[in-house]
Amino acid sequence: MAARRRLPGLRTALVAAAAYLIAALFLLPYAEMLITALRPQGELLERNYLPRHFAWSNLTSMWGAGYGIGVSLRVSLEVAGGATLLVFLVAMPAAYYTARHRFRGRGAFLLLVLITQMLQPTALIVGIYKEFLGFHLIDTVWALILVNAGFSMAFAVWIMNAYFASIPVELEEAAMVDGSGRLGTMLRVTLPLAVPGLVTALIFTFITAWNEFIAALTLTTSSSATPLTVRLDQFIGQYTVDWQHLFGASLVATVPVLVLFALIERRVVGGLTAGSIR
Amino acid sequence: MAEITARAAEVTTAVTAAGAARAGPAGPGRARRARRRLAPLAWLGPAIALIAVVVLWPIVTLAQTSMQDITPIGVTIGSAGANNFRQLLDDPNLPGILVRTLVWVAAVVGLTMLASLGLAQLFNQRFPGRRVARWALIAPWAASVMMTALIFRWMLQPDNGVINVFLHQLGIVRQFDSNTSSWLGRPDSAMAWMIGVAVFVSLPFTSYTLLAGLQAIPGELFEAARMDGASRWRAYRSITLPLLRPAFAVAMVINLMNVFNSFPIIWEMTRGGPGYETNTTTVFMYNLKQSYLGEAAAMSVINFGLIIIIVLAYLRVSRAARTEAG
Repeated sequence: MAARRRLPGLRTALVAAAAYLIAALFLLPYAEMLITALRPQGELLERNYLPRHFAWSNLTSMWGAGYGIGVSLRVSLEVAGGATLLVFLVAMPAAYYTARHRFRGRGAFLLLVLITQMLQPTALIVGIYKEFLGFHLIDTVWALILVNAGFSMAFAVWIMNAYFASIPVELEEAAMVDGSGRLGTMLRVTLPLAVPGLVTALIFTFITAWNEFIAALTLTTSSSATPLTVRLDQFIGQYTVDWQHLFGASLVATVPVLVLFALIERRVVGGLTAGSIR
Repeated sequence: MAEITARAAEVTTAVTAAGAARAGPAGPGRARRARRRLAPLAWLGPAIALIAVVVLWPIVTLAQTSMQDITPIGVTIGSAGANNFRQLLDDPNLPGILVRTLVWVAAVVGLTMLASLGLAQLFNQRFPGRRVARWALIAPWAASVMMTALIFRWMLQPDNGVINVFLHQLGIVRQFDSNTSSWLGRPDSAMAWMIGVAVFVSLPFTSYTLLAGLQAIPGELFEAARMDGASRWRAYRSITLPLLRPAFAVAMVINLMNVFNSFPIIWEMTRGGPGYETNTTTVFMYNLKQSYLGEAAAMSVINFGLIIIIVLAYLRVSRAARTEAG
């Protein structure tokens, strides 16, 4: 019996060791991001895993006006924040209505949403570019807010639809009997109960917009309108690449989304595959 | 837009009938009836409008652009008929790009699905610290793909990249700044590394989807199999794999779409070079866009056709998943 009990113990240890090793491998590139961000300029091209000193001053010098990282960070915040707000305003009523009502055309609407989720800005980028050129929205945050909101909306509709559908109608009916209007009922009774879904949808939208690259690369050209991803892309074209600042800025962009993503990690798969599995 | 309105009107009639039955005595006023008829549009309208602006209208513009004659500085001269398509199909680089796209998609999706089966199985076991280990797994998913690609570009620098430093210690790279250490300078090795990066960033989503699928399998099934004396491997093949199929299919089609549309990895690591030798159709479309908008649109239209095929596959797979889930 003793031997049998030890065997699973060994197995668990092996499983844990393999899992930790893989987890470490997954983090390795981001560790290198951190290390490079702290490499002194003079040691940038040395062939070692760790520099001899860490230049913490890199983290302040990267905000120098020449790099435009501060400006781009603000643009990224505006784009991601704006897209998140727009998704909230647009997806919530749609998710609520489709969860609560059966009507002809409901299926068609949900199909349209599902197809939007499958498509990506990349596939349509030439069309998007020509359209926004016509609207004179090139180099504005509005173009990026619209594109990001449009392509993230489907995720938000699915996940909020699922939450709304799980909340008993009786709760709302009780509120309506008490004289609450439909919109008021949704805002005061249903919405608070759907908060986990709502938070997941909004964080996911924020991260997607924050990381978005091709639409931003196509729709912004002037240096005051480029978000962080496009700014970092421009580093590569320079004669000498300031890798330490490039990765300092990457780090600033990456750490917050890692934390945000960890918060919604358990629920994201549901939203991404909900259109199909539910 | 007219079509959407007409459709919405059609939708509302059904709703009004149902709504009237539920709401009891309905007011006879015409205004009231009209208001109720428009109710779904009030709730769904903003979403439909956003989809129209960001998805539907660009599809129309894309099709139009593919048939326009546009100069490199962006002036539309007039109709080009099928010239953009003809020019694209006559491009000597295109056959290679099509083959490479096929290899890229097949390799990345195939390797991702295989590796994720293993990862999901591993991370479904019970072991101390599982939450932290799983959290590490999501890093490439949460981080921006273009930044992940940039860090790999940096790690592969011929002169001082840490991957080359490591391979030098192993004796695989004899000399720095040489042909061997210039992984991204040669088309074949560049593609191999970029396929690796694409698999790396696709693994978290895929593993998590399969993990969710694994957790949905009732544990009693395995108990029963064990009682019947089935080996672990047998149980995996006869219980796990069949029951994992819906999740597997959905994850695979989503990956097909993501990988086919993938742009930042190749863009940041090689820009599609040397020459056009690491372009996929998506990257090629973007490279064309810089000076030949019409031809880029033609490439997009062809890409879009392929994407529609993937969407149809997805709808099929999802319908199958839905019926299997009951």
